[in-house]
Amino acid sequence: MSGGNGMGVPTPTVDDRGTSWLDGSGQDHEIVLSTRVRLARNLQGYTFALRADADDRHSVLDQVRHALEASADLDNGVLWEMSDLEAVERRILHERHVVSRELIGPDEGPAPVGTALALGASGPCGVMINEEDHLRIQSLHNGMELEAAWKQVSELDEALGGRLPYAFHHEFGFLTCCPTNVGTGLRASVLVHLPGLVLTKEINKVLQGIAQVGLTYRGLYGEGSEVVGNFFQISNQTTLGKSEMDLVDHLREISVQVVEYEKRARSVLLREAPSVLEDKVWRAYGILRHARSLSFDEMMNLLSGVRLGLTLKLLRTPRVRTLNEIMIFAQSAHLERRAERTLDEGDADVYRASFVRERLSAEGEATSSPSEPRPEADNSA
Amino acid sequence: MVCERCQEREAEVHLTTIENDEMATVHLCSSCAGQEGIALTSAPAPLADFLATIGTSVEDTSEGATSEPCPYCGTTSADFRRSGRLGCPECYAHFEGQLRGLLRRVHGSTQHVGKLYLGEATEADDRYVKLRSLRLRLDRAVELEDFEAAAELRDQINVLEAAER
Repeated sequence: MSGGNGMGVPTPTVDDRGTSWLDGSGQDHEIVLSTRVRLARNLQGYTFALRADADDRHSVLDQVRHALEASADLDNGVLWEMSDLEAVERRILHERHVVSRELIGPDEGPAPVGTALALGASGPCGVMINEEDHLRIQSLHNGMELEAAWKQVSELDEALGGRLPYAFHHEFGFLTCCPTNVGTGLRASVLVHLPGLVLTKEINKVLQGIAQVGLTYRGLYGEGSEVVGNFFQISNQTTLGKSEMDLVDHLREISVQVVEYEKRARSVLLREAPSVLEDKVWRAYGILRHARSLSFDEMMNLLSGVRLGLTLKLLRTPRVRTLNEIMIFAQSAHLERRAERTLDEGDADVYRASFVRERLSAEGEATSSPSEPRPEADNSA
Repeated sequence: MVCERCQEREAEVHLTTIENDEMATVHLCSSCAGQEGIALTSAPAPLADFLATIGTSVEDTSEGATSEPCPYCGTTSADFRRSGRLGCPECYAHFEGQLRGLLRRVHGSTQHVGKLYLGEATEADDRYVKLRSLRLRLDRAVELEDFEAAAELRDQINVLEAAER
């Protein structure tokens, strides 16, 4: 464990930590952007972080730090106290989905007292400290990788649990600040890209179905966030009364079905409206390739079109990994660090467009796939 | 962007559709989208539902409800109702009477069946494990309407629970 604390190290930078999940390596990675599993844990003898004073928050942080140092699981990892990072670095972590808004605090002003992030050297596993709960142990993977994510989180949980006095109740299980997390403290989610279901207007039916089987959905950045670029985050709703494996398995079964529905919707689109689809995909690519100003939302919607084109083999380039990276690196804090100055909204849109052009042209001119379905050839399909 | 339907509120819902091979995008505010039968693209927060249930449960003076603040952290049931957040682990014991009903409504259960906390291995642990398994079997017996087995399990649970007190 290293960090910017007491080591005479200058203000730490987050470099490329927390970006391994963008690599396009996971199962069904073209449709499933990421899998996340997290466990909420609290320590006995303290109020929950939201109600804790500065001394208690620091004391919790020290205990967790020692437990992490003694555990080999986050070997060579880092532990950053949010107050040691510049605001832009904190926002970058949030844009990478490795910390929550609660952990970093508002864009302007200081970070909340005693909040910290521990992150493995290369692996996707980490711990948010002094968020709503004392510990949020999490793992973030590319694609549909629920088992791998669960296994990692569970191992780290057991390693830390052997060294920390978790708050546990014989009936209610692991105690959490919000009773909607109590019991297992587990939230597992998959972030899926569903343009086919949106375009065929099947999406509401699917979302209703998700709610009926005890799951819920959210936008790109979790609770309370908007759906952008046809990305939906599906997760378990309840945490008590079922085992962790049951919760994870249930989510996997349903997510696999949703991915299947999405694939079916895409083949319907390809059959029913090939020219419309092809036009949409190429327009999206063309705008991204040439626009001089792009808002984040516009960019996300266009990237959604290009991603759809890639998976339908209407386009051969860019790579999915490039699209993933653009999604994350073309957000405002990443752009500001690149520009080495703060950007107002108009500046950011111009800078974003330039960044996107650069990344896409580095992949060469997109070409149609040879297997691209032609409208006239499609009637027989 | 202004809502295309009412021309007043900010458009928040942008829905792209294909009709007769024509791609069309409509921009609507959340209210008009609702009237058009388009579900909003963010699910209702579970907490909102949850808080709604708290409102009713605390007002009825249900069994075990307490108006005293938590002796450890000072959280009151009004604090909890407002924020949906408890103050400390002790709150679970203090507000147990109210919480049990809420947990049942939110999670469909009050009994944790996942990982046990291995760190606090005590002799009481054995009893927890046994009790938990018995309660699970009881639930299953009731589900299967095997009331004879259920009665037997209930007796065993009572014995263990008595030992716990």
